[in-house]
Amino acid sequence: MTDDRRLHPFHDYVESSFVELLRRQSPHLLPGAEPVPGASDAPHGTTVLALRYRDGVIMAGDRQATAGYQVASRRIEKIFKADDLSGVGIAGAAGPAMEMAKLFQTELEHYEKVEGDNLSLDGKANKLGQMIRMNLQAAMMGLAVVPIFAGFDEKTGLGRLFKYDITGGRYEERDYDAQGSGSKDARDSLKKLWKREMPRDDALRTALEALIDAADEDVGTGGPDLVRGIFPTVKTITRSGFGDVADDEIRRVCEAILAVRTTAGNGS
Amino acid sequence: MPLPYYVSPEQMMKDKAEYARKGIARGRSIVTLEYNEGILLVAENPSSLLHKVSEIYDRIAFAGVGKYNEFENLRIAGIRHADVKGYSYSRGDVTAKALANAYSQALGNIFTQDIKPFEVEVLVAEVGDDNGGKSEIYHILYDGTIEDEKNYAAMGGQAEEIRRFLKDHYQSAMTLDDALQLGVRALSVTQNKTLTERDLEVAVLDRTKERRKFRRLPPEALSQLLGTAK
Repeated sequence: MTDDRRLHPFHDYVESSFVELLRRQSPHLLPGAEPVPGASDAPHGTTVLALRYRDGVIMAGDRQATAGYQVASRRIEKIFKADDLSGVGIAGAAGPAMEMAKLFQTELEHYEKVEGDNLSLDGKANKLGQMIRMNLQAAMMGLAVVPIFAGFDEKTGLGRLFKYDITGGRYEERDYDAQGSGSKDARDSLKKLWKREMPRDDALRTALEALIDAADEDVGTGGPDLVRGIFPTVKTITRSGFGDVADDEIRRVCEAILAVRTTAGNGS
Repeated sequence: MPLPYYVSPEQMMKDKAEYARKGIARGRSIVTLEYNEGILLVAENPSSLLHKVSEIYDRIAFAGVGKYNEFENLRIAGIRHADVKGYSYSRGDVTAKALANAYSQALGNIFTQDIKPFEVEVLVAEVGDDNGGKSEIYHILYDGTIEDEKNYAAMGGQAEEIRRFLKDHYQSAMTLDDALQLGVRALSVTQNKTLTERDLEVAVLDRTKERRKFRRLPPEALSQLLGTAK
C-alpha cells in the first residue's frame, strides 16, 4: 500500500477493474498497446450474429478465419462465454479479438470476485465499449475488433444485445444483429425470418439459416462443412445461464436446411 | 532528530508477536476440512455480507481471521496476483503454493518492517483435480510463518482446542454432510451455545463443478444439511 493511498482513501476508485490493474502494473499485456502498421493481412473472423427469442438470446458464428484470399483456420470459435449470463461474439481481426474476449472474461470475473457481486448487464456492455475504444489506434491500422455482446438481464428478465463500432460506440439492438464480413447477408436473412417470441428450435433454425445465407454470398464466411464435419457454433443465454447447443443438433438442423434448399432449388 | 531509545530486536519481535496474537485471539475461528468431493470451509461469522471465506481462482479459496480490513486487503491482493498470472500464462498455472508464498513474504515483511504487524492469519486452499491430484491447504501466520496442513486446519481465537478436537475426530473421505457436522461441532467445542446456520459462513471447493470450483452454501442449504442428522 502506498502512502498516497493512505492520504487519499478513495483516490483509487477503480479498485475492482482488472483492466485498470493491468494498465498500472503491466501495460505491455494490454491488447492494442503497441499497434503495428500494415498488419491488415492478419486473419479476420467473419460472421457472428445474435437474436432474441422467447427465453433469452441465441448467439451463433461460423468457424472460418480468413486472411486476404486464404482460409487461415476452419475451426476457430467466435462465440465466447463472458460470464454465466452473457457472451461475446467476435468479428474483425481474430488475434486481437480473442485477446479482447479473454480480457473481458477476466474483467468480469475479477469484478465479481473483488466486489462479491455481478456487474449489471449495462455495466458489462459499457466496459466492453471502453475496451474497444482502447483498441482504436490498432483499428485504424487494419486491426479493428467489432464484437456483439449479448446477455440475459436479470433486472428486466429479458435477453438483450448490443453492437459496437470501432470507436467503442455502443448501440443496443432490439431484436437481432450480425457483425463481420457476411453480416449484411445474415442481417437480410434475419430480417425475413425473425419473429417475436420465437421458441428455441425456431430461433436455432433462424440463426443457422442466416449463417448459411452469409456463407453463400460472402467469400470470407465458412458454411457447414459436411466433409470435415465442421458446423457453426451456437450458444443460448437464458435465465438459467450460458448453454451450448450440441454439435449433433446443429448438424441435424443444418442438414435439414440444406435438404430443403436442394429440393426447392433456392439460390441456384 | 532525537535518538530513539534502544530496544533489543528480540524484545521488539516478542512484543509485536504478542500484540498480533492478542488481536487474532479476539476474533472467531475458521475450520477447513477435506471431504470426499473437495474442501469445506466453515467460519463462525454472524454477518452474511462481510465474508471471511472467498474465491480467489478456479480451484483456490481464501479464508482470513483477525482484523477485517487487513485480511480483506490480502484477499484482494490475492485475486490480483491470481488473475494477472492466469491472464499472462494460463489458468492452470495459477497455484495455491505460489500464492501462499506471496502471502508469507508480504506478512513477513510487514511484521519486521512496519511498526504495527497485521493481526491476521490466512488460509489458502486448493482442491486437487479429478485425476487423483492432491488437495493443498496452507496456513500463513501474522509473521509470515507458513505451514502446509494435511486434511484439516483451524485458525482464529481458539484454534488450539479446535485442532485437538479435529485430530481426534477427523476421518478421511467423509461426505459433505458429515464434514459439515464435524466442522460445526469443532467450532462449538470452545463455547456453550450451539451454532445455527445464522452464525455460520460456509463454502466449498467442489471438485465436481466445472471450471470455477468455489461455491457458497446458502443458509437454506445449510439448515437442510445440518437438520438431516437430528
